[in-house]
Amino acid sequence: MNQKFKKLKQNPNLVIGGTITFIFIVMAVWAPALSPYHPVDDADLMVSELPPSITYPFGTDEQGRDILTRVIYGSRISLSVGLVSQAMNTIIGIILGLTAGFFGKWWDDIVMGLTNIMLSIPSMIFALAVMAVMGPGLMNIFLALGLTNWAFTCRITRSQVLSTRSLDYVKAANALGYSRTRIMFTQILPNILGPILVVATLGMAGAILMEASLSFLGLGTQPPTPSWGGMLASAREQMFTTPWISIFPGMAIFFAVLGLNLFGDGLRDILDPHLTRKAK
Amino acid sequence: MAAYTFRRILQFFPTVFFISLIMFGLLNVLPGDATLMAGGSKHHLDEKTAQMLKKQLGLDRPLYVRYASYMKNLLKGDLGRSFLRNESVNSLVAQRIGPTLYLSTAAMVIAVGLGIPLGFLSALKQGSFLDTLSMLGAVSGVSVPQFWLGLILMYLFSLVLGWFPSQGYGDGHLMHLILPAFTLGVGYMALLARTTRAAVVEVLTQDYIRTARSKGLSVLIVNFTHVFRNTMVLILTTAGLQFGSLIGQTVIVEKLFSWPGIGSLLVDSIFQRDIPVTQGCVLIIIGIFLLVNLVVDLLYGVIDPRIELS
Amino acid sequence: MSDELLTVKDLKVHFPVKKGIFSRIKGYVYAVDGFSIALNKGETLGVVGESGCGKTTAGMAILNLIQPTDGVIRFESKDITHLSSMSRAKQLDIRKKMQIIFQDPYSSLNPRMSLNQIIGVPMKIHGICPKNEIKDRIALILEKVGLSPDHGKRYPHEFSGGQRQRIGIARALCLNPRLIIGDEPVSALDVSIQAQIINLLLDLQDEFNLSYIVIAHDLAVVEHIADRIVVMYLGKIIETAPYKDIYTNPQHPYTQALLSSIPIPDPRAKRTHAILQGDVPSPRNPPSGCAFHPRCPDAKDICSQVSPELRQISPHHLAACHLV
Ligand SMILES: Nc1ncnc2c1ncn2[C@@H]1O[C@H](COP(=O)(O)OP(=O)(O)O)[C@@H](O)[C@H]1O
Ligand code: SF4
Ligand SMILES: [Mg+2]
Repeated sequence: MNQKFKKLKQNPNLVIGGTITFIFIVMAVWAPALSPYHPVDDADLMVSELPPSITYPFGTDEQGRDILTRVIYGSRISLSVGLVSQAMNTIIGIILGLTAGFFGKWWDDIVMGLTNIMLSIPSMIFALAVMAVMGPGLMNIFLALGLTNWAFTCRITRSQVLSTRSLDYVKAANALGYSRTRIMFTQILPNILGPILVVATLGMAGAILMEASLSFLGLGTQPPTPSWGGMLASAREQMFTTPWISIFPGMAIFFAVLGLNLFGDGLRDILDPHLTRKAK
Repeated sequence: MAAYTFRRILQFFPTVFFISLIMFGLLNVLPGDATLMAGGSKHHLDEKTAQMLKKQLGLDRPLYVRYASYMKNLLKGDLGRSFLRNESVNSLVAQRIGPTLYLSTAAMVIAVGLGIPLGFLSALKQGSFLDTLSMLGAVSGVSVPQFWLGLILMYLFSLVLGWFPSQGYGDGHLMHLILPAFTLGVGYMALLARTTRAAVVEVLTQDYIRTARSKGLSVLIVNFTHVFRNTMVLILTTAGLQFGSLIGQTVIVEKLFSWPGIGSLLVDSIFQRDIPVTQGCVLIIIGIFLLVNLVVDLLYGVIDPRIELS
Repeated sequence: MSDELLTVKDLKVHFPVKKGIFSRIKGYVYAVDGFSIALNKGETLGVVGESGCGKTTAGMAILNLIQPTDGVIRFESKDITHLSSMSRAKQLDIRKKMQIIFQDPYSSLNPRMSLNQIIGVPMKIHGICPKNEIKDRIALILEKVGLSPDHGKRYPHEFSGGQRQRIGIARALCLNPRLIIGDEPVSALDVSIQAQIINLLLDLQDEFNLSYIVIAHDLAVVEHIADRIVVMYLGKIIETAPYKDIYTNPQHPYTQALLSSIPIPDPRAKRTHAILQGDVPSPRNPPSGCAFHPRCPDAKDICSQVSPELRQISPHHLAACHLV
């Protein structure tokens, strides 16, 4: 116990990142209880564009909605985008990487060819193209981000499979008559989840950033959905007159992404003691 | 080396081919009526106009015919014609590519010029205040949404301080370049700083370097070229791969600063449903990214001739 | 003849070396290049040779974990050379009967499986016993290898190297096999623990009527356990004899050199031979003639030109050297 605590102390990234992420999760789950107002219905033009005050800690927007409330509710959108799209990417990446590494031959060639092509399309551009076709909306964001960012997971899964499957315990499983599927799911997959988890955490951060960017461009979630990027969409003109309307949602994006990035870094340090030792 | 160069260049073409195929498929096969898009608005066109438009734009032909003619033109270097404007995509892109390259090169220069030295210093002074601070800055740099950072910079440097203009290309005037280039470069700079630090730390912990260090810094300086060479390979890899995110971000930064580059052309074309332009912009941007990576890969050989190229 | 469990005839395993733009095959690693053995029930065969001589590869090929390039493997009078193309039921039937113990007690155990799983899952796959008896059988096997049944819930990282090797043995035992191949089963262990493990293997052999193929890189380990010894060099067998003959009357210069490198003085061996110099050459380009000639103290002109055949010296003693 004591030792575990010591380990955590040596890994501030994990602790700080984990705490920030946890706060956002709490915000998302208990948004109604935590918010002073309703994010959409409590629009009141009488109180529009008010600067931060005690009644409106983050001020109000052009429709008189409480920005704090909308920022809190925005965590639901951002976290769900991060979670859902990265879950899709991870599943696709694992399935492709696992089978490519395990079965090899022509299947490996096809998967790796596809992976390399995916990697050579900047993800922002890919997401833009998908959104251009499918049109804006949260569902489409899930798809656009969830179908285009699996290449890293796939590549790392495959390379882990290749290094794991030559290990003696996998040979032993073969000799013991384990079927290929069983080997894949009991011998290989459980032992390569660490690096995949790191990629997934960092990928969630990327997805949140990407959703914010798409919504900022007007291609993501649509008003009146309280999404952080969407709240910033009209910000360019307003920045000079009512800066609080853009400052708080932007900070929310920043901290949510920062939290996940730190957490991912921390995880990597734990899972790769080799690197941690070097860093010291 | 020659064989490697050859193979690498050989790989370039199928990649471009497949990407053009994917993008054509994405923009032409997936849901969304192309005629409706070509109408340039979200309103429904009456049947007659729609048919006429289709014919005029060649959209009445079967898909494979369209793809064949698209590919034929692409091979000739012709990206097609805009649905909306009476102009070829080539000339539209040609007008816009200059500002984009100008902006992204400036961002690269800022990122490389600050990020790599910062990473080096942090690694050499591990655990110092400078190290902590710059690594904190680096993780923040990769986490900050660029359009928001741009807004804040605009607010500070245009409105409050009045040093730089907040919008527009200004005929490429340096004053106009600084804010957008910095905004675009920050994330990339942060990434480079992190990678550089990690790479240098990795090299510094190798046994012979440790011995050299324990004998005093001068030996380290003697070994500098070696450290440099080893780390450059690692840094270059990241630089090349992550250039994709930089070029992707130009879309946002250009839009934010009203910069007349390919990125803003791309976003506009998406809203105007001008598929040939969208398609052309996407291909050009990906093409730039691929070229940069090709050059990076070939640079390996120059930096470290002993490296195993496989 | 009915006693015969395993026959291997002229086994060859050549790994292709690929290179170039189109991954063309640029040559082969002749890891195993003509390997023939016969093993009776209850017997132990020692396979000895320096590292890189192809011992592991030969063992893997016998177990069909590597596809042999050529040769025939017969087990209980069945041709199992192409096991992977047989029906799953037949594969399982063979797999059940031959198992392996690895050298490295760390990489040989899946860190994510408890002992109960490591030993129990194979039993379930093969339906070794009714489901409700599995627990008892796990406990029994753990006891047999010198572990406590309470250990079942633990994971490999909670054990020492020697204990881990016992877990590996338990895993090999759990299907009640006929043949166990031990690939340097004690090389990675402390000398004090080596003896314990070897004694354990001997006890288990008596109790379960097991046959062993024990691989080792020197002659010291197999001395106490092998009935018959095969000495390998660069993928080929260069001498084979009952263990007594190998130790008292080694014929091949390589065997003699291996013997003189045993650290503990052995009163039965004549210490007249030089310790081995240099390394095993690459099996990609084996030396011409007798592969041992570049390192052989007795080499003659003919040795670099003509490859010596394995010849009979006495009824059970064969060696491949021009001088014998
Ligand atoms: N999968 C493989 N591909 C290519 N070469 C291999 C492979 N496995 C083993 N080898 C080579 O075959 C030779 C014999 O290896 P091995 O059977 O492990 O020897 P030993 O167990 O006697 O030390 C070595 O030179 C080794 O490098
Ligand atoms: S054949 Fe010649 S080289 Fe080979 S072992 Fe005999 S004497 Fe030595
Ligand atoms: Mg071996």
